[in-house]
Amino acid sequence: MSLDARIPEGPIQQKWDHCKFEMKLVSPANRRKRSVIVVGTGLAGASAAASLGEMGYNVSAFTYHDSPRRAHSIAAQGGINAPKNYANDGDSIYRLFYDTIKGGDYRAREANVYRLAQLSGNIIDHCVAQGVPFAREYGGLLANRSFGGVQVSRTFYARGQTGQQLLLGAYGALSRQVHTNQVRMFSRTEMLDLIVVDGRARGIVARDLVSGKISSHMADAVILATGGYSNVFYLSTNAINSNATAIWRAHKRGAYFANPCFTQIHPTCIPRAGESQSKLTLMSESLRNDGRIWVPKQKGDKRRARDIPESDRDYYLERIYPSFGNLVPRDVASRRAKEMCDNGYGVAGGYAVYLDFADAIQRDGKDSVEQKYGNLFDIYHEITGENPYTTAMKIYPAPHYTMGGLWVDYHLMTTIPGLFALGEANFSDHGANRLGASALMQCLTDGYFVLPYTIGDYLAKPLPHVSEDAGKPIEREVTDRLNILSNASGSQTAMSLHQKLGHIMWDKCGMSRNETGLKEALNDIKTLKETFQKDLKLSTPGQTLNQELERANRVADYIELGELMVQDALTREESCGGHFREEHQTEENEAKRNDENQSYVSAWAYSEKKEAVLHKEALAFDHVKPTQRSYK
Amino acid sequence: MNVILKIWRQPSKDTPGGFETYPVADVSPDMSFLEMLDVLNETLTQSGKEPIAFESDCREGICGTCGLFINGRAHGPGLGITTCELRMRRFKSGETIVVEPWRAKAFPVLKDLIVDRSSFDRIIQSGGYVSVNTGNALDGNTLPIAKTKADEAFDAATCIGCGACVATCKNASAMLFTAAKVSQLALLPQGEVEAQDRVINMVKTMELEGFGHCSNTGACEIECPKQISLTHIARLHREYLKATFK
Repeated sequence: MSLDARIPEGPIQQKWDHCKFEMKLVSPANRRKRSVIVVGTGLAGASAAASLGEMGYNVSAFTYHDSPRRAHSIAAQGGINAPKNYANDGDSIYRLFYDTIKGGDYRAREANVYRLAQLSGNIIDHCVAQGVPFAREYGGLLANRSFGGVQVSRTFYARGQTGQQLLLGAYGALSRQVHTNQVRMFSRTEMLDLIVVDGRARGIVARDLVSGKISSHMADAVILATGGYSNVFYLSTNAINSNATAIWRAHKRGAYFANPCFTQIHPTCIPRAGESQSKLTLMSESLRNDGRIWVPKQKGDKRRARDIPESDRDYYLERIYPSFGNLVPRDVASRRAKEMCDNGYGVAGGYAVYLDFADAIQRDGKDSVEQKYGNLFDIYHEITGENPYTTAMKIYPAPHYTMGGLWVDYHLMTTIPGLFALGEANFSDHGANRLGASALMQCLTDGYFVLPYTIGDYLAKPLPHVSEDAGKPIEREVTDRLNILSNASGSQTAMSLHQKLGHIMWDKCGMSRNETGLKEALNDIKTLKETFQKDLKLSTPGQTLNQELERANRVADYIELGELMVQDALTREESCGGHFREEHQTEENEAKRNDENQSYVSAWAYSEKKEAVLHKEALAFDHVKPTQRSYK
Repeated sequence: MNVILKIWRQPSKDTPGGFETYPVADVSPDMSFLEMLDVLNETLTQSGKEPIAFESDCREGICGTCGLFINGRAHGPGLGITTCELRMRRFKSGETIVVEPWRAKAFPVLKDLIVDRSSFDRIIQSGGYVSVNTGNALDGNTLPIAKTKADEAFDAATCIGCGACVATCKNASAMLFTAAKVSQLALLPQGEVEAQDRVINMVKTMELEGFGHCSNTGACEIECPKQISLTHIARLHREYLKATFK
């Protein structure tokens, strides 16, 4: 199959307008005859479901949470970008477009990114209208702050809880549609497979997590907004239940998986504490606006942070990158932290660096710092038992976001007609590295302002009728799969197997990768897969509310996806963004791209019997010339 | 440290439940309470026993999924935190810790420590939003909002919908939850148009769902992990009066 990204003709500034005009429309009277399934109710899913409901489509929305409001978008802290130029500092749509392409290390599609920059301003307007309480200046107008990888202040925020406020806005909009029965809400219902009929996505198989009942749900189109797959690493900043099953099952039914090895390791997280740890906690990137990152100049310095004088500290980001300083992009900040620690300069056992607010508190006062970061400091204090107002924070990188995801064209449609992917679940806008405050922007652009248009083009043409029973064979497959899992009587729990996968992925396919390690990882995963099949243990075979079964099913999919991530990392013979291959680096240890041979999106096709097949979508850069990224 | 857990076990909504005792050894004080339960569950699974069903998701205090009643307090000892933020250093070695689900008529137990809080969703569905369709908005800076008002609205909007207020209230009232949303939108000009219908409909749904009445004891404010203030309840009352005596 050849990959057609359906990028519209014309100058980049007019592509979206052209596209909107060229696309077919569904009249208001016909919309109520068209049914759409939305899986996931985070920012992308809730905004899409609400908008489609408002337009008059028949929408069913699914979430495995007890309520749509729990989706992990809620945990996004720092902010959301929009080139409003309220700060009067030279921002523009073109600059946001440029920053995002460059920040993504020239591995994103120009047309998609330009559209993202164009539409992002509408999000701020819409969310303000919804009653989202963004931070404001004393004059009553919206406040902005700066974020990593850029030199303007374009980030809108709601203290350190921007994701929460935006999600509650989208949840409100969704709730309004549920109230009028325009959207049917299925909570505590997990999608376990995709129903494809005659080559088109026509429904899903889902499991009621309370009764255990497995059923199929049919529709004219299916939208996956199910988030990313950082939990393949076991320990990540993602929520415990964030998982890859929906996108992985869609992949196994024919949707290509793009750039699986593009994963983001976030530089500022609370360091690991012990083996029983279940997740890592993010400390927002916004902290790097005022916090200064440093390590002691002397290896193994045992003094407390505050006892180490200025002359004995190495503010390495400010030293190496004088123009961006502590605000370099995430991939760069993470890699440098790892390098410092690998070279023996790490603190607190070797796997941490300091993030210090002493200067900011002295300059702006404790109150000002508390206003901006109070809730983050509280979280840190509660978890570590240390007070960041008086002691420098300790931080270390952790898996946080996945730029890879289902391959989609300009319409956000996957390689399965009728199956769309939004938000983190797709691969579209962030290339090999996502800039801070861009995830919320992308989710809401996809859900509020792109999909509601593009889905019409697909639904305008009449679709063949499918019977309600068309999903039964897949329903049976799912039932059989779960029966096998729930009767597993080996000796290892799903959690312990997940932990093992996490170790393999973090050690060999984490912040830096090399051929030898990746090949070892492939073998290790193969062995783990066999172990999972032979030695998994579940204590209760029950098919009703059974969290062990839920987890085992997700872990099975993580293992397969982990394998694809490693394969992708092996074939991408370059370093770019979050993908750092040790074989490809400059003399200054920066990522070294290979634009001549590797300027493509990898799109993997699943094969039941053989290895996955790699397809390539060539990337063209007509506006932003790929150069060695420099933040010096 | 070692602790003894007395945990509520209940197979399903319609089956009676009861307490069971589980000793847990070698607990690190830096562990979170939920990680301690993870460890217990791994041990139970290994020995062929059914693990304890409890819910959590973000494990950083923002999603509102977790919620355990620990030693008679919503989210356990400590103020301004959720169960997932609670660390074992708050307990003493050898201590007996009693763990229960939220108890309220409007929050039926589904299994062990998991309750059904969909009643909260229905309260929001009855009016906890501004009715604005996608694509209708003016520029975000068209309408200035005083910083103090915006900040106060934000304070109310931080509610995570966990249900600690209901679990704590002797009447199992959802007044703080409902008031937080009513107050947030009453403080903002965007919420003004629908303010009267909103407060009436949301209070009506709250009563229909089987939540009790508010008798202003203030326990909810103390146990709220986001420390949402009672003044929002006062604002709800004012809004309600305004809406009924028009």
